[in-house]
Amino acid sequence: MSQTMVQPAETPTEEPDASAPLVVVDDLVRRFDVSRPWLNRLFDGSPRAILTAVDDVSFSIPDRGVYALVGESGSGKSTIGKIAVGLLKPSGGSVQIGGVDLFRERSTRKRRRARADIQMVFQDPYASLNPRWRVGDIVAEPARALERPIEGGPGALLEQVGLSARDTEKFPHEFSGGQRQRICVARALASKPKFIVCDEPTSALDVSVQAQVLNLMRDLQRDLGLTYLFISHDLSVVRYMADTIGVLYLGGLVEEAPRDTLFSKPRHPYTRMLLDAAPRIDAFGREVPPPQGEIPDPINPPTGCVFHPRCPLANDRCRAEKPQMLTDEAGRVACHAVEDGRG
Amino acid sequence: MTTKQAVLQVRDLVVEIPTRRGVLRPVDGVSFDIGAGEVLGVVGESGAGKSMMGSAVIGLFDPPTHIASGQIRLANHRLDLMRPYQLRAIRGREIGMVFQDPLTSLNPLIRIGDQLVETIRTNLAVSRREARDRALAALEEVGIPAAAQRLRSYPHEFSGGMRQRVVIALALCAEPKLVIADEPTTALDVSVQAQIIALLKRLCRERGTAVMLITHDMGVIAEAADRVAVLYAGRLAEIGDVADVVGKPMHPYTEGLMASTPMATPTGQRLAQIPGAMPRLDAIPPGCAFHPRCPYAEAGCLLDPAPGIDAAEGRAACWVRGRERRMERIS
Repeated sequence: MSQTMVQPAETPTEEPDASAPLVVVDDLVRRFDVSRPWLNRLFDGSPRAILTAVDDVSFSIPDRGVYALVGESGSGKSTIGKIAVGLLKPSGGSVQIGGVDLFRERSTRKRRRARADIQMVFQDPYASLNPRWRVGDIVAEPARALERPIEGGPGALLEQVGLSARDTEKFPHEFSGGQRQRICVARALASKPKFIVCDEPTSALDVSVQAQVLNLMRDLQRDLGLTYLFISHDLSVVRYMADTIGVLYLGGLVEEAPRDTLFSKPRHPYTRMLLDAAPRIDAFGREVPPPQGEIPDPINPPTGCVFHPRCPLANDRCRAEKPQMLTDEAGRVACHAVEDGRG
Repeated sequence: MTTKQAVLQVRDLVVEIPTRRGVLRPVDGVSFDIGAGEVLGVVGESGAGKSMMGSAVIGLFDPPTHIASGQIRLANHRLDLMRPYQLRAIRGREIGMVFQDPLTSLNPLIRIGDQLVETIRTNLAVSRREARDRALAALEEVGIPAAAQRLRSYPHEFSGGMRQRVVIALALCAEPKLVIADEPTTALDVSVQAQIIALLKRLCRERGTAVMLITHDMGVIAEAADRVAVLYAGRLAEIGDVADVVGKPMHPYTEGLMASTPMATPTGQRLAQIPGAMPRLDAIPPGCAFHPRCPYAEAGCLLDPAPGIDAAEGRAACWVRGRERRMERIS
């Protein structure tokens, strides 16, 4: 794994220098026990079932950078997002924000301060706002919990995301989906975080509203110097938002590259398949053979490279041996075919 | 597409929902044709009335929603005049349906094979054995591996993409003239979506089935549809060949919709955005419904409802664009 990118965990400094990455995810593993109850197992003789949702994922995000994770369902992208904000504990590996390990730091004060710098925007703006609270209270809650003042009050926050200061008195049901997502963004900004995890923030929205919210999020990122971990299944959205893109497949990172490189020279066969399969606006009646197969069962993943059953370049080595992540100037890729020059 | 070949003909369709606060019109004066073997994409954002239009064609309304005026012709039938029991004979037999969520379209307690056999025997006069053969052939045709064994599987044993294949097999097993696919790939992953779209397109072209593909995804439309109808606030904004509508949109709404699509925006450029949001059904503005969000709106657009789409006027229901077209013709 790419040890070169990882800051040593033993040197947490009070003020990390500007060139160091703000977020470092190192060898992250998360397993879920999805076995049946033990009594059933006893009678059926069925084994324990362990689902590895995140398998040895490492990446880092520079300060003020936007890192996107793309992948299909079951690729582990949301699990990584939840671990990055501290909603889930990792089974192995670490997440460091500003040099502080979120899960192993002993000093409560440091851990609290690191956590205060993190916020999250969720996918469903209907489920993530309390319907019985007024919008002003919703927006002010993170700041109140962290005892940080809001400059200009909740009204100013709402104006920052393109709503009106008078909307503080309203309830969430009085807003449309796009406006609700703006409220979620305002709430995330209330505690003045450095790092925001955005988990599919626009996939519940219509295209024209999605454009409004994406533009807003990008403007805020630039104006306030925020760092985003942007999670999405939609390559076109990711291309619009991210500086660096990591492609996940079945819990593992298969490729990471700067945005333009990934779209112009995708190297991993899965990345190529995703790019080919994504619908295109200029491809009327395009007749390409659609990708073969489906995502395998994560409880019993294929041996070797997990992508080999669907891969056109797979050979015996791919079936037997798990590929290592290779780092070079164009990015990182985990593929035997690329390593051997067969890609 | 001339009207003679049209499998489905919809003329001036109006759907109304009477409520205590007045009558809502989720579909207002929509006309279109779909020819045999043709895929008509119906796009629009939520609240545009696209699903309502699909429900109108198959007559799946809960009262008090009803068709207030207009005609729906499928081959020789007038669907809008039919009684519920007559429509039941049409649904499944003449019109197949594919919905967004394949899990809710299948009975979880009945084996896939039995569901197929039941559908085939309801709609076609065939023996049980022949129905079973047809069910097997249908599953093979939609690309389900080991189809003979899978006939005995229950829906939960299939993945999402495979389930949607089964639903397509169910929709096509009675060889209907028209298939209504309402967001058939929205619940699926990108790589599976491409498979399902390709499958739907191939099967319908081979059999000459007309398809009404309802979706919010411009990418899916651009790849799958032959012609596109763009809906806004229950009204038809634009209709035409896919290359024209997607490539050279005429109606200001289509133009805005295309410009705000991230995949149509060059890297590094800001997304264009349409200000505001789709109006609610009880607050559709007078005049052209799009005028409050339209960058080209003029005084006339506020007063008069948008003009009907007339072949001579072009393919967009828009005063400004219609006049531009007339000026072009005069000069």
